[in-house]
Parts: sequence; C-alpha cells; structure tokens
Amino acid sequence: MNSFLNAIVDIFSEPAILVALIAVLGLALQKKSISDIISGGLKTFVGFLVLTGGSGIVQNALAPFSEMFQHAFNTQGIVPNNEAIVAVALSDYGTLSALVMLLGMICNVIIARFSNFKFIYLTGHATLYMACMIAVILSVSGMSFPMVLIFGGILLGIVNTIMPALCQPFMKGITGTDAIALGHTGDIGYALSGWAGKIFSKNKTSTEDINFPQSLVFLRDSTVSISITMSVIYLIVALFCGPTFIQENLSDGTNYLVYALTQAGTFAAGVFVILAGVRLILNEILPAFKGISEKLVPSSIPALDCPIVYPYAPNAVLIGFLVSFLTGVVCMFIMIFTGMTVVLPGVVPHFFYGATSGVFGNSTGGVKGCVLGGIINGIIVSFLPLPLLPIMGSLGFAGTSFSDSDYGAVGGVLGLLNSIGGQVAIMVGIVVLLVIVIGLSYYFGKRGEINE
Amino acid sequence: MKKFAAVCGSGLGSSFMVEMNIDKALKELGLSDYSVSHSDLGGASPSMADYFVVGRDLEKPAAHLGNLIVLNSIIDYQELKDRLEEVLKNDGLI
Repeated sequence: MNSFLNAIVDIFSEPAILVALIAVLGLALQKKSISDIISGGLKTFVGFLVLTGGSGIVQNALAPFSEMFQHAFNTQGIVPNNEAIVAVALSDYGTLSALVMLLGMICNVIIARFSNFKFIYLTGHATLYMACMIAVILSVSGMSFPMVLIFGGILLGIVNTIMPALCQPFMKGITGTDAIALGHTGDIGYALSGWAGKIFSKNKTSTEDINFPQSLVFLRDSTVSISITMSVIYLIVALFCGPTFIQENLSDGTNYLVYALTQAGTFAAGVFVILAGVRLILNEILPAFKGISEKLVPSSIPALDCPIVYPYAPNAVLIGFLVSFLTGVVCMFIMIFTGMTVVLPGVVPHFFYGATSGVFGNSTGGVKGCVLGGIINGIIVSFLPLPLLPIMGSLGFAGTSFSDSDYGAVGGVLGLLNSIGGQVAIMVGIVVLLVIVIGLSYYFGKRGEINE
Repeated sequence: MKKFAAVCGSGLGSSFMVEMNIDKALKELGLSDYSVSHSDLGGASPSMADYFVVGRDLEKPAAHLGNLIVLNSIIDYQELKDRLEEVLKNDGLI
C-alpha cells in the first residue's frame, strides 16, 4: 500500500506528467475525442521534457559566460532572459510552478467572474513564467508546499486580472476598442509609459506621421535578435577577458573568439529549444482555458500578448525599441562603473517591451511620448532584475534572471514583505491585495477599469 | 488537406491567438479538412503550410513564406474571417 502511495506521489511530483495531466483534464472538459486527449497529453508531456532539455543547453552556455564576465570585470554579469531563467527554475520547482499556474488560472476566472475586472489573461507563456517566479520566491521564503500553492495561486490570479486593467485606459486610445486588453509581463512599464506620455499631450506629432526606416523589422525574429546580441556581448566580454584565461580554462585550446561565438550561438539554440517546449505545453492547455473561461465569465475581455498593438504604430515600435536598448546600454555602463552586478541589455526585453512602451507613449504623447516610454522601459528592464536576485535563493547565481517590469514589481513587493515579516507578512499581503482588488472593482463600477 | 499557419515574432502569444481564431473561422466557413498551427518567424518555412497568416507589420519579413494572408489588425476576427473566405473562394475550396 505504501509503495502504491509513493508511486502516486511520484507521479504528481514529476512536473512533465503533471502538466500532461492538466492538459488531459482541459481536453476532457472540452469533450474532445479519446485520440485527441491521448495525443494532446503526450505532446504536453514531451513538451515539458523538451523545455528542460533546452535549459541544459542554456546553462552550458551561461556557465562559461559567468566565469568570463567575472574574470574580465570582477563582478557578476546577468543576462536577463525569461526563457532561460524559467527553464533553469523549472528543473527544481516544476511541480509547484505547474500547480500554481493551474490554480492561478482558476483564480483568474473566479475573480473575473465575481468582480468588475473582466480580464482573462490568455498569454499562456507569461502565466507560466509568472507562476514559476512566484513559486520560487514563496518557496525560498520558507513557505510549505500547500501554502505556496494556495497563496501563489491566489496571487497569480490577482496579478493576471489587475495588470491588464492598468493598461486598459491606454489600450482604448491605441486600438480604438475596449474589447481587447493587454496581458503581458511588462504591463506596469507600459501603463507608466502611457501615463508619462501625457506630459507631451499638447501639440503632439504621432510617430506614424514621420518617415522612419523599417529595415530593423528583421529583429522581430527572436532567434535572429538573440543570436546577434549574444554574439556581440560574448565577443566583447571575451575580448576583455583575454585569450589566455579562456583558452586555458574554458575552451580547451580553441581560439577564444571562436569559442565565444559558439557559446553565444549555443545560448540562442537553447532559447529556441525552450520556446519549442513552451509551445508544445501551451498548445493543449491554452485553448481549454480560453473555452472554459468564455463559458464561465460572460462579457470577459481577453488579455493578449504585446505584439497585438504593433500594427497600430509600426514606427513607434522601432523608436521605442531603439531608445530602450540605448538606455539599457547606458545603464549597463553605470552598473559597470559603480561596481554593481551588471544587467546586460538583452535585446528581447528591449525589443518587445521597449516597442510596446513606445506604442503606449506615442498614444498619449506622440514622438516625445514614445521616446520617453522607451527610456522608462529601458531603465526598468535594466534595474528591476537586481532586487529579484537575492530573493530567488540559489537561482540568483544562475547568471540569468527575469527581465520584465511585472516580474520586478511582483517579486520586489514579495521580497519586501518577506524582509519585513517573513512568510506571514507575504500571506497577509496577498490577502490584503485581494481585498483591495475586490474593493477597487466595486469603487470603479461596472466598467472594471482604472481611470487615472 | 489544407494547412494554415499563423506567424509572429516569437511564436508564443499573438500567433497562437490568431491560430485559435483561424480554427474558429474555418469551422464557421464550413471547411472540414484542414490543420492550423502557429510558429515564430525564424522557425517558419514555406513547406510548413499552404497559407500563412501575419499582421501587416510582419508582411515584409514573412514574404519568403509564399502564400501570405496579411491582416490589418490581428485582433479583428471579422477581418480574418472575411480574408479567409475570400482566399478560400478564390482557390475553389468552399
């Protein structure tokens, strides 16, 4: 009997099997055919293993990078990349992350059903990543497994309902409709950009009224952009590190620049594999979530991924990205010269979040608002990963970190609560937050949006 | 069987949403024998599908894929459905 129980526990603590079971549950609830359920479950199972495989590749490329960076600059260098940190974290916190994600989605539906915030967060990868970060931080704070599950799930549900609400007043100005919300992990940065853009609301010129070359669009391809930036970063660090150290300690005699280039490519390859795994996992789970939430929450507003706003202002996309990236480079030099842990400018956070901030800034403040939005985002994605490092336990030393504003904000608040009163303070904080959200919902009335 | 693919920058969020909308639209248009997938720009290849759906901001970088259906707004379900209907009628599928 005992061994049978142990086997059951083992099944549920193997995250690959657990996410497969969640997918099977979703498919069954949609009354899919048996063959669909079996193939969906299997693909999700394999998807999780693909993802953890990618984590190994990324870690192989990050380990020598950390050594090179340490040797060259005498401080820790961080490559902010959500895929990398999530994949690394899931090897230790996979089960909890999957369960927090499931519970978070349920809480999202419940809050949307019974409050006036009608947002259903349909950006699956962002939900998975946020679930993972919450699971890690709560676990490191010392909470027990069931407590992490309950409070983590509630927190994820709150975050996923309230973040799109922050952006909604601006989304109307951008898309011209109230029917779509933005559900992405830079929502705080976007709302801030839109709000700051109002400084320039008089006599504004829209970015779309100026001529701007579109030749940078190829950077939208994440494999291309990651390869380019990682190559540049690895090569620069290798040059500062010098051939002797690398060829003696790391590359086994291979030329140090060739070695750096291969490692940069390996990092991009790892992210590619991780993304393939994430897609396999979400393919079965997300349609179920969408179908179920549409049934349970009448007049729900889907919160979707950030590229939905790009077609409304293609120039703002590129200006926002460029300004954000340049700001990131400036911030990096500030960190190097002050001897802090250095957050390297990752092109993915700067592109996707900088671009979206640019669109938000442009919607309220034209070209100047767009530039200001890019600067705000650049500063946020440069400095917000830092407070996350000490509260993620041993993961803080993985050489990579979460990159977006919402991770920084949620993680930062959790870390602050933890330092005030440990896990009790975190639990109290989450309950208070829930009460505030419900209160706000009734305060702002049926429209369920925050007017500034 | 006709294959459809939605493509976006990272192949995670927006293309997935478009995929679900394509699925819904094709059902409503009465096409039965089809498959839909989504992909990132880098991973997509011309052999992957017969029709590729992208937002207008990705029209140029996705041009090599061949049979493009370009949307002005990727969140506009009606536009997607109208464009699909037009294309399918042109190709004699419905």
